[in-house]
Amino acid sequence: MEAALTIPGFHRSLKSHEMVLNMGPQHPSTHGVLRLELIVDGEVVIDVVPHIGYLHRCFEKHAEHMTNYQQVIPYCDRMDYIAAMNNDLGYAIACEKLLAIKVPERVEYIRVVMAELQRIASHLLAIGTYGMDIGAFTPFLYCFRDRERILDIFEQTCGARLLYNYIWIGGLSHDVPVDFQQKVKDFCDAFRPTIRELNQLLTYNKIFIERTANVGVLPADVAINYGASGPVLRGSGVKWDLRRNDPYSIYDRFEFDIPVGLGEVGTVGDCWDRYIVRVREMEQSLRIIEQAVASIPAGNVQSAIPKRIRPDAADLYVRTETPKGELGYYIIADGTTSPFRVKVRPPTFVNLSILPAMSRGAMIADVIAILGSIDIVLGEVDR
Amino acid sequence: MKETLIDLLGNEALVYSLMAVVPLLWILPFALFAVWWERKIAAHMQDRLGPMRTGGWHGWAQTIADILKLMQKEDIIPSSADARLFTLAPFVVFIGAYAAYAAIPFSAAYVGAEIHIGVFYIIAVSSFVVIGLLMAGWSSNNKWSLFGAMRSAAQVVSYEIPIALTLLAVVMIVGSFDLQEINKAQSGTILDWFVFQKFPFLFIAALIYFVASLAEVNRTPFDIPEAESELVAGYHTEYGGMKFALFFLSEYANMFAVSVIAATVFFGGWNSPFGDFMSGPLWGAFWLLVKGLAFVFVQIWLRWTLPRLRVDQLMYVGWKVLIPFSFAVIICVGFWVLLEG
Amino acid sequence: MIPQEIFDSIKAKFPKSVLEERSTGVHDPFAAIAPESIRDVCLFLRDDDALAFDFLMCLSGVDYTGGKLGVVYHLHSMKRGHKIALKVEVPASNPHCGSVESVWKTANWHEREAFDLFGIVFDGHPDLRRILLPDDWEGHPLRKDYQVPEYYHGMKVPY
Repeated sequence: MEAALTIPGFHRSLKSHEMVLNMGPQHPSTHGVLRLELIVDGEVVIDVVPHIGYLHRCFEKHAEHMTNYQQVIPYCDRMDYIAAMNNDLGYAIACEKLLAIKVPERVEYIRVVMAELQRIASHLLAIGTYGMDIGAFTPFLYCFRDRERILDIFEQTCGARLLYNYIWIGGLSHDVPVDFQQKVKDFCDAFRPTIRELNQLLTYNKIFIERTANVGVLPADVAINYGASGPVLRGSGVKWDLRRNDPYSIYDRFEFDIPVGLGEVGTVGDCWDRYIVRVREMEQSLRIIEQAVASIPAGNVQSAIPKRIRPDAADLYVRTETPKGELGYYIIADGTTSPFRVKVRPPTFVNLSILPAMSRGAMIADVIAILGSIDIVLGEVDR
Repeated sequence: MKETLIDLLGNEALVYSLMAVVPLLWILPFALFAVWWERKIAAHMQDRLGPMRTGGWHGWAQTIADILKLMQKEDIIPSSADARLFTLAPFVVFIGAYAAYAAIPFSAAYVGAEIHIGVFYIIAVSSFVVIGLLMAGWSSNNKWSLFGAMRSAAQVVSYEIPIALTLLAVVMIVGSFDLQEINKAQSGTILDWFVFQKFPFLFIAALIYFVASLAEVNRTPFDIPEAESELVAGYHTEYGGMKFALFFLSEYANMFAVSVIAATVFFGGWNSPFGDFMSGPLWGAFWLLVKGLAFVFVQIWLRWTLPRLRVDQLMYVGWKVLIPFSFAVIICVGFWVLLEG
Repeated sequence: MIPQEIFDSIKAKFPKSVLEERSTGVHDPFAAIAPESIRDVCLFLRDDDALAFDFLMCLSGVDYTGGKLGVVYHLHSMKRGHKIALKVEVPASNPHCGSVESVWKTANWHEREAFDLFGIVFDGHPDLRRILLPDDWEGHPLRKDYQVPEYYHGMKVPY
């Protein structure tokens, strides 16, 4: 005998052995204001229903009311606030394509250095908080110590630690400080041993592997059908990185590898694979930074910034590779100085939609592990 | 020492009540110290400093400030919680942790109660904690607390078995459950301690006991009942103020109790490692407390290093790894004792 | 394949569904598709081996003003490497469009967002409800003629 119970507010009726558990908007591990409705049978999860929108700040509506395309950039920062440089970069590249602006070489090189430094900072936060979700508190502090060094470099360049408004359409807001190259080189030298330390402490820890290997397996074809991108897609074994496969800026001048998940300690596409892809991407970003910072040409970073931005009526879609995945901007210009429509395709919005498919049949602790391995930022999911 | 006190005060009941309070005189300052110590150890392992300001030197008064703050908090009982069970639960947990101190000999001259079945008594009375945790989880009327309580009950009950079995291995050698006898049987130097006897079986037994005791006190890697990142705070989610302080106190009392039992049973108890040098009734208490603190340090160290196990993996480790090994240890030690004598 | 060839393949299979196509003079070559046949066109685009559009990059709702809403699909083939865009126009008075959720699962949330912010109803979507705004919100904010309500559950809305 099974009693069906319909609770107003929950969209499916409950059988009597199922329980609805609410990982509510306030929870230590949902990485922001995300509500997960878990329908569980004991410890086993039968279904996960994510509810988002708690951080919706109407980015797209604001963008339509800005009087200038440049004014949208601070809003772009605030979407993925962990990796703000990459958001600005995507929007700037989209607008430059719309206006057919060619930025100076110096700007390109500095943008690449900033984007890759931001990638390392974002992955450090993802790895640190992931360790904390699994229960290892100490790697979190080590990751943040190194992240602070990157944020110090950013603060010296543009005055802000987290939300920069640095990459403008046609150039940059400030030139880099005189000792920028030296500081970045020092950071790279200091950071390489830390990755080794992190691997000893967390990556190959037996308990960590038991918690993450063979958990939340995402097959490659399912990932592509769901539109996954970034480390989530690469963790499933698909060697796809926009910096290599659909190049933008000057990434085609640098040598770097694309790490993919190989199922080293479990199955291809499990949480450990997504995690190790992020760790290895940090090493590759170091390679790009070292190549880029060694050859920054001289120039004026503000020479190509247009005085008036009034593109002709056109629409285009530009995508860039942020630490979380493929960030797309679809901009419709209507011949005035403000955009007609700016639609953002956030990588974490799409990656989060795969969570229910990955978590059915897992245990509650595994849902936390899977959610951490997707690496979401609610600012980007909700905009 | 009991006889001296009875002669002094004349009233047996008074003496017994006084002796019941003596471990509390140790536990309360110890808890204050241990919380500060844990924060400092965690901080230094994490490349930061920890409390630095409260009280001046390295923030030594931090815990005192925290206790004062907790005492001033409003005592909230959720409206749909079972108020009696809710209020009673922290006390039951504390009783379970505290009652074990009665049987532990702090030195050759002092033991709270001369219980001839000391080991058996300790194992029995520390099961009280499970009842308290279940009461806390159920009475909170909160699904998350319930999860924490259920996990905790399963965990504690499962890991009592390896604890009992490994303690039995030592009991077989000594021939008595009395902890004072077990202590006396280890007199001599550090090499006479049971952890080095009947090598390697008692060494393995000590390791099994230590790991199982981590699960008994809900410390990482076995801290799923209070897994902060999953269950908010597990069974004590709804508790605040003094009730929460009592849970905290019980946790540290329990930590110290299992450390001191490990020290007594395997590591010589109140015996000095140097034989006669630095030994005597007061030195005995000193050595026991130092050994207890050493194990507490290892527990804190492990908490900040290791991730936590998932609940089914934890049950796997308990039932399919620790219990078979404990059985093997008992059989081997039993044969050894038989063939020797 | 170049975009014009792709559009020709679509026209060959679905002659009445392609309303317009532009492959030169635009940043993203696009084909305008009739709303009722969008699902069949997309299924063909995904399953045909020469086209192999297995990745839906983005699905955007647009308010073209003048009583017209639209949906823009940006498709990409990881296998073949080509990209196109599809545009669908629906009248604001009857904004119904076919759902492509059964073709690419990623469209599930994208279409919910377009429904939430524009009011475009996707026929055939298994679970079309609001995603970013509260379930009981009234109105579709990204429409150009949207009026912000005075109060929501007793809270004053305009800042």
